[in-house]
Amino acid sequence: MKRIVMAALVAVSMVALADGEPEFRLVIENHKFSPERVEVPAGKKVKLVIENRDSTPEEFESKQLNREKVIPGRSTGIVFVGPLKPGEYKFVGEFNEKTAKGVIVAK
Amino acid sequence: MFGTALIVFREVLEAALIIGIVAAATRDVPGRSRYIWAGLGFGILGSIIVALMAEGISAMAQGMGQEIFNATVLGLAVVMLAWHNIWMSAHGRELAANAKAMGGAVRSGAKAMSALAIVIALAVLREGAETVLFLSGIALSGESSPAKMAIGGIAGLAGGAAIGFLLFAGLLRIPLKWFFSATSALVLLLAAGMASQAARFLIQADVLPSLASPLWDMSSIVANESAIGTLLKGLVGYDAAPAGMQVAFFVAVLVAILVGMTWVRRGEKAA
Repeated sequence: MKRIVMAALVAVSMVALADGEPEFRLVIENHKFSPERVEVPAGKKVKLVIENRDSTPEEFESKQLNREKVIPGRSTGIVFVGPLKPGEYKFVGEFNEKTAKGVIVAK
Repeated sequence: MFGTALIVFREVLEAALIIGIVAAATRDVPGRSRYIWAGLGFGILGSIIVALMAEGISAMAQGMGQEIFNATVLGLAVVMLAWHNIWMSAHGRELAANAKAMGGAVRSGAKAMSALAIVIALAVLREGAETVLFLSGIALSGESSPAKMAIGGIAGLAGGAAIGFLLFAGLLRIPLKWFFSATSALVLLLAAGMASQAARFLIQADVLPSLASPLWDMSSIVANESAIGTLLKGLVGYDAAPAGMQVAFFVAVLVAILVGMTWVRRGEKAA
């Protein structure tokens, strides 16, 4: 019985992996995002991996996507977005809004 | 300085709206201001603690600690608001009609008030922790003088508090006949909106599926980033393009509280 459960678990996790959402990396450095323009597929859930290389915390925020997440200094945060309709979605680093800006383009 | 004021204003606004509604909804509960201040005090204390623990919280649950934390805080607030509204639908009218003559109600009023004090503390804690993080970030970067930062922070705080107070004062002008219904409707929507925000955090963390995403898109009518959109987000958890799961949470909590209120009121009449 245990073996069957294990096998089922492995099968499920393999499906989950195979079904993995596309991943996009963003880096915050000197209160700026790079890249500042991220193209993602429309109609699909995507995973944003945001690495903050600054020593100060930053808040990834997109009003249009209704997403917000504080990313402490020198750490990485993950934010899932979508599925999105085709279009442009602005985001900012709320703690440094003047410099930390970018846009997600869903195609 | 202006940037600091704007960010602090935005963070304070949501908590201020909640406090405004709670303060109005409980205007006839004896000794309510003590509870409101206590909620505020514990909330500020809590937000400093949460800000200090931010890195630890972020790292929990495979990096999704923040989302789980926010969803939990929102969920607790929903339970407290639900309980308050259901309690008020049984006792509120008597309380409003004859506040001072009811010794018993004072005691049970205290119970309802402690639930709302917790709601205030949770709201302040959630928004306050981000403010503390933001301000400490500026302080550490040394890009702004402490004096400028303090002025900006106080201006933002005052602005947010002023809007909360306007809401409170506006609600008090509602004639007594409709006052109870109006405030309990607001508390009901507030709770449902918080539930949908909790769902949004869990979708962001990929703990819950989004179901349909977006279920609809009203961005061209009221955008999330507009002033009205921001205000509505604080009041009813507005999202121009919500995921199906957010709407499901909203409706489920709305219906659950309404059923609870009706059920309690019916029991009251039978007794």
